[in-house]
Amino acid sequence: MTVAVVILLDGVLYAAVLFLVAAGLTLVYGVMRILNIAHGSFYALGAYAGTSLVLVYLKTGGPAPLMYLALLAGAVVAGAIAGPLVERLLLRPIYGREEVVQLLVTYSLFLILEDVMKLLWGVDPYYVAKPYAFLGTVTIAGIRYAWYQLLLIAVALATGVLVSLAIRGTRLGRMIVAVTADREISATLGINVGRVYTLAFTAGAILAALGGALVAPLISVAPGMSVEAIVLAFAVVVIGGLGSLEGAALGALIVGITRAAAVQLFPEIELATVYLIMVAVLLFRPRGLFGEWETRRI
Amino acid sequence: MGDPENMRGGKALPLVAAAVFGAAPLVLPGWVTFLLTLAVAKSVMVLAIALLLRGGLVSFGHGMFFAAGAYTVGMAMKWGGMREAVVLTFLGVLAAAAAAALLGLLIARYRGIFFAMLNMAISMVVYAVLLKLYWVTGGTDGIGIRTPTILGVMPERESLRLVMYYFTLVMTLPAFYAVHRFWTSPLGFALRAVRDNEVRVEYMGTSVARVIYAAYVLSGALGGLAGILTGFSVGHIVPDLAYWTTSGEFVFVAVLGGPASIPGPLVGSIAFEFLKSYAYKYAAFTWQMTLGVTMLAIILFMPGGLWTIYEGLARQGRQWRLSWKRTG
Repeated sequence: MTVAVVILLDGVLYAAVLFLVAAGLTLVYGVMRILNIAHGSFYALGAYAGTSLVLVYLKTGGPAPLMYLALLAGAVVAGAIAGPLVERLLLRPIYGREEVVQLLVTYSLFLILEDVMKLLWGVDPYYVAKPYAFLGTVTIAGIRYAWYQLLLIAVALATGVLVSLAIRGTRLGRMIVAVTADREISATLGINVGRVYTLAFTAGAILAALGGALVAPLISVAPGMSVEAIVLAFAVVVIGGLGSLEGAALGALIVGITRAAAVQLFPEIELATVYLIMVAVLLFRPRGLFGEWETRRI
Repeated sequence: MGDPENMRGGKALPLVAAAVFGAAPLVLPGWVTFLLTLAVAKSVMVLAIALLLRGGLVSFGHGMFFAAGAYTVGMAMKWGGMREAVVLTFLGVLAAAAAAALLGLLIARYRGIFFAMLNMAISMVVYAVLLKLYWVTGGTDGIGIRTPTILGVMPERESLRLVMYYFTLVMTLPAFYAVHRFWTSPLGFALRAVRDNEVRVEYMGTSVARVIYAAYVLSGALGGLAGILTGFSVGHIVPDLAYWTTSGEFVFVAVLGGPASIPGPLVGSIAFEFLKSYAYKYAAFTWQMTLGVTMLAIILFMPGGLWTIYEGLARQGRQWRLSWKRTG
């Protein structure tokens, strides 16, 4: 019983972070048809930026609750700076090129960002436990659980609902849907496709950075975060279906709970279980659970 | 390039290359010979990546075949007590090919990002397994590879480096020849056509899945061979061989040398190995950044890689000779 509750809570927590990262990845893929391998780097960037800003803020000695604002602001600023820069300078020249070329370019970017972060923040891990410890704990079904973890789940849930509402209800959201469906026809209708690309890519980067910043107080922020994030986020969107937001949510839950279960029950094969699920889904539904079939063009 | 016409024109090239590589260690200092051994061994892996690249596929996880070959040899030595290099090499290549044949059943069904990331995901699992099963694989400590016997003869300590160099060279030749033959065979042409338009290839009655499967198994076997040869010359193998950075470096080298030619991977591999031995000394923190920037520059400005420099020069040379003949 206790184990089941632990698995459920840990799994949902884990899913919340994964969802934020995977939602960005799937949004960017849906709009631009590019799988951004450097997406995990935005996650790490958000973690570093958020942590640094909180550390700076704590030194100024301001009121403690505002540190959560600093954490989020760091992530949003990092994503809002890195996103447009990367899209305009690096991705714009390669739209319409072969998929292999696009993969290699975002892979190069991933390598570059990996070292840029090492140069900016060094290789020693960063800890900032204050946002985690400040809220204290709560006992759920006999297990002590941190309020911060519940807060994280709530923030991820709210972000998911907000993004989904924005896509359905706002003008920009409808434009994004139009460009996702057909780029050329959207352009004919007068939509500035270039601008939609920049905005969607930036939104994706901010989502990943938010995921990184929110998880930062629970872990030590160190080099190597990026690759784990991109590999897992990829597994999530593949399970859910590339380009689908609902798919990302379901995929994140599946991966999160599976991993939590594996950590509790079979710690040796923790990472392998995620890929086994991915392989199983791909075998029976090659486009993922929510994926749509594409017509083959001759 | 890979065109048969060009290959006919460059018949002398393999002979010249064989002569140069055969004579190189006699005039070069020992440490250069060692780097050259590594470069030649790894060039087989780069060849494997280049093979897939020419079919429009990129694998970010081929390090797993590198590791499969190396660990098969390592474990056969550690647990099986085998010492004979030729037998071990054969065994390792067989194991890597078998692994590729098994994984290929799944992976050959995917293209583009799915192909790239599935390879990456599986290689990360292999890495984790090698790390966790430490009582078999030695965990992070890896396995030491003792000096093997070659055709029953134990190489002497003083000449070990030289012997390993020639052993690597001789083992590499069939790999390059096999890829050359593959590339000029109907399968090779079909692979090129798959990159251009998969659906049309299907309409011609060729099974795309089978073409890609064959290429994948061949590239897996080549990856295994590279891992074995590298393991022999370094004398030590670690789980990092299957880590994504290893695979990423191979993709980089393939792009650097130029995947569209047979000599490209070899040229790229040698350039890379020497570049790396210097860069580690002077720019350890910016090593990946250097790789990334160079790869971007090559993709955007010199898509044919380093080998295009030679081809450009050769073309100019031919034109110059022709014009000289005409005026003379």
